[in-house]
Amino acid sequence: MTTAAPLLEVHSIRQAFPKPDGSQLLVLDDLNIELAEGQIVGLLGRSGSGKSTLLRLIAGLARPTGGTITYLGQPVVAPAPGIAMVFQSFALFPWMTVLENVQLGLEALGLPQAEIRRRALAAIDLIGLDGYESAYPRELSGGMRQRVGFARALVVHPNILLMDEPFSALDVLTAETLRTDFLDLWGEGKLPIKGVILVTHNIEEAVLMCDRILVFSTNPGHIISEIKVDLPQPRNRLDPKFRDLVERIYVAMTARPRASPLAVPAAEKFRAIGIDAMLPRVSANLISGLIEAVAGAPYNGRADLPVIASALHMEVDDLFPVAETLQMLRLADIEGGDIALTELGKQFAEADMDGRKQLFQRQLIAHVPLAAHIRRVLQDRASHTAPKSRFLDELEDHMDTERAESTLRAVIGWARFAEAFAYDDQSQTFSLENPT
Amino acid sequence: MRRILPISVEHWTRALTRWDVFAILLVLGLLVFLAQASRGVLAPLSELQRAPLSLAPARLPEYAARTTLRMLVALAFSLLFTFTYATLAAKSRRAELLLVPLLDILQSVPILGFISVTIVFFMSLAPGRVLGAEFAAIFAIFTSQAWNMAFSFYQSLRTVPTELVEASRVFRLSSWMAFWRVEVPFAMPQLIWNMMLSMSGSWFFVVASEAISVGNTTVLLPGVGSYIALAIEHKSLAAVAWAIGTMLIVILLYDALLFRPLVAWADRFRFEQQAGVPPARSWVLNMLRRSGVVALMTRPAAAMWRRSYQPRRLDKPQGSTAANPARRRFIDVAWTALLALAVAAALVQVWRFIAQGLSAADIVQACLMGLATLARIVVLISLASAIWVPIGVWVGTRPRVTGLVAPIAQFLAAFPANLLFPIVVSAIVAGGLNPNIWLSPLMILGTQWYILFNVIAGASAIPSELRDCCTNLQVRGWLWWRTTALPAVFPYYVTGAITASGGSWNASIVAEVASWGDQHLEAYGLGAYIARATQAGDFHRIVLGIAVMSLFVVIINRGLWRPLYWYAERNFRLG
Repeated sequence: MTTAAPLLEVHSIRQAFPKPDGSQLLVLDDLNIELAEGQIVGLLGRSGSGKSTLLRLIAGLARPTGGTITYLGQPVVAPAPGIAMVFQSFALFPWMTVLENVQLGLEALGLPQAEIRRRALAAIDLIGLDGYESAYPRELSGGMRQRVGFARALVVHPNILLMDEPFSALDVLTAETLRTDFLDLWGEGKLPIKGVILVTHNIEEAVLMCDRILVFSTNPGHIISEIKVDLPQPRNRLDPKFRDLVERIYVAMTARPRASPLAVPAAEKFRAIGIDAMLPRVSANLISGLIEAVAGAPYNGRADLPVIASALHMEVDDLFPVAETLQMLRLADIEGGDIALTELGKQFAEADMDGRKQLFQRQLIAHVPLAAHIRRVLQDRASHTAPKSRFLDELEDHMDTERAESTLRAVIGWARFAEAFAYDDQSQTFSLENPT
Repeated sequence: MRRILPISVEHWTRALTRWDVFAILLVLGLLVFLAQASRGVLAPLSELQRAPLSLAPARLPEYAARTTLRMLVALAFSLLFTFTYATLAAKSRRAELLLVPLLDILQSVPILGFISVTIVFFMSLAPGRVLGAEFAAIFAIFTSQAWNMAFSFYQSLRTVPTELVEASRVFRLSSWMAFWRVEVPFAMPQLIWNMMLSMSGSWFFVVASEAISVGNTTVLLPGVGSYIALAIEHKSLAAVAWAIGTMLIVILLYDALLFRPLVAWADRFRFEQQAGVPPARSWVLNMLRRSGVVALMTRPAAAMWRRSYQPRRLDKPQGSTAANPARRRFIDVAWTALLALAVAAALVQVWRFIAQGLSAADIVQACLMGLATLARIVVLISLASAIWVPIGVWVGTRPRVTGLVAPIAQFLAAFPANLLFPIVVSAIVAGGLNPNIWLSPLMILGTQWYILFNVIAGASAIPSELRDCCTNLQVRGWLWWRTTALPAVFPYYVTGAITASGGSWNASIVAEVASWGDQHLEAYGLGAYIARATQAGDFHRIVLGIAVMSLFVVIINRGLWRPLYWYAERNFRLG
């Protein structure tokens, strides 16, 4: 193998979107990535960390606000020949058969019909789709559909294969089969590709497949850690070294954000949030559920995140928002890949429904400034009501409409559980009292 | 040595299958039909006078063929319009600013208004020939089809799923190829559904547009519409019955030969696959698909078409064009200014035109008549709702009855109700009834079915679990209607009522004036106003009438239907 110039270079990429108030919302900040021949690089992070945005920049589907992407020495300004993509939702054309879907990229190249047919059949053969040529995507199972997605990408003989969470829409067993098949073909050198970039939020998948893992953090997306995986293929999930790497990544992902220039008092374990903070939409049921799970045996108030994640069948993307909500409400503390209930958290676990609601209400008003703000406004007004638009407008000064809406929805959900205030969707108004 | 044969000899097991025979007969029949129907189009107008229409039922197949051909030609033009206009609107942000509101207004202009205004122009295109009148008729049909087709296509183009767009870009499809392989297929089911709706509507107008009379220009184009006009003149109920019978057959044939195959074919373009919905079937499509002859004939065409997909040549930078926002903003401002200027110029033109021949009293009169027609439509829609909503719910909650009634309701919506007018009018004349009241039901005769079949669709979409739950909780009688049935069908009802109301405005021009032989009936209303102005060739009043009617329709659409639609969508849409 030659060690010439890297296949792909991503150099100090920035991506920002304009906010309604004229300032900019930074999604990606100063990213540098290199992809060398023969490597699988994983971009690991939670949803909203900008990893998919980065993949689309590399695919030439969008242009970055700043920085450059070079593929084989050429800047990427449009979808480049030699970079193909596999999509999370498969992105198959439902009106084309398997064969037609696979042929599409070749037809776009204007190749002769005979060659198109030959190469498409070869790709179908390679990926194990023999016999399915004339089937329509709707007739196939999820796993078979994603095989078509792979065949369609491989048939154009790309140098780089981009994979956007390709296994996350599949059930566990199917995903595992597809991953193994892909790794086998890759290991045997049967794939016409030279490098792979894999976007995922599944930590074990990243450790299973990648040679290098770049761990992304949110707001704005940046790389907090780079982890080299030297384990030989095929890798074993039960291998202590494998578990070790998984644990290390959990620790990296739950590490406190970079210390701000204003030194935080060492005693301040929790970071206070502002009224403009985006809130995750986590249901009160999930909050109660996680507290109960951590409080119960065998964890007894303290659990290893990877362990509890697999016990509850939750992926990072499901688990982290709940855990962070608990942290925000001071019901649990998260550090070093562990989640530990606070005193209040333990009280919550033991309380009955009314007790839980009261406790939740206190914490909500004390630690979620938006909830406190809405309640104060409702108390101050003579009518004890306020339209939704009043708070939405305030939020939109700090974030885009979609996030503002989602944040407000999150607060409404929690306030309903806590009986802190009521909201009527018909008239789109908040009020202090629930209907009696 | 390989022999080169002039025909393909591959994959042939038998010389001809029965499907081939069917297909060949069908194609031949189509050719004969085209030749027959297009005969006489280039003849001079005097030919029409020399060989006047006859009421002999034997001539009806020929007339029906001519009428159908007009529909087909108009449909072809509507498709062409859809693919260009809607694509431009969807692809160019600046064009969108102008084209979408324009389409919305065009949708509100009464269709028969177009024919009154444009016939003189079209006649002058081919002076002294039948062709000019044909143009005018086809244009009127086109206006009854094109707008909603273009609108649906525009909306489909805007909602192509992101991942499909991204896939087509990653695999570097040229925009021509992406249009035909991705965008058109995605839009196809909606487009075909709208084509069917358009067709239902335009049967009504094809009948009205064949017997054209504007001022001194009177043309009777051979067709079912003219036949019925003649029947009215001769007070022949028998001839009216013959025409109705012919139309029934024509619409059934049209459905079996054109739309059923189209719907069945478009089934594979459906993006979401709802479970439990059986795929549409069509024996005509099966026949065409299984016929080797058809496959043989279409193969070269398909190959030619594929050749047109040239690979993307230049790697133009794509994505956000943040490169030069200042220049972009300048062009935006200039474009907006240009549009404003055009609007101002149009305003001056309209004002001059109105000021020339109209007084304030005319405008007041037109508005009052508009209110009269509005009152009629409100009463009629309420009456139709009171009748059809309960019946629709009753039918829709019984699957077996639904299977019987729903196709009939759809068929009745497609049937041109104006063919039935003479029967009603002759009854009014015979009974000496008040035309102000008794002409009104004609307006909703053809459009009420939209309410019925939409309500049926809504009621049959109530999830069975919800119905079981009501049974379980013993929710019955008025409580059941109030809490379950009415909310569940409400979004569907609104859709039906919007179509019915729009159709009724259009129909008012034909329905508020009627004749039977030498007796003329007229109701007080805007439709009658436009019809009378058209007959007199009074262009100022035609334009005024059309403008006032469009204004009424726009105000009602924006002020009532649109908010109601969104209210229904937000609060009552199941699932």
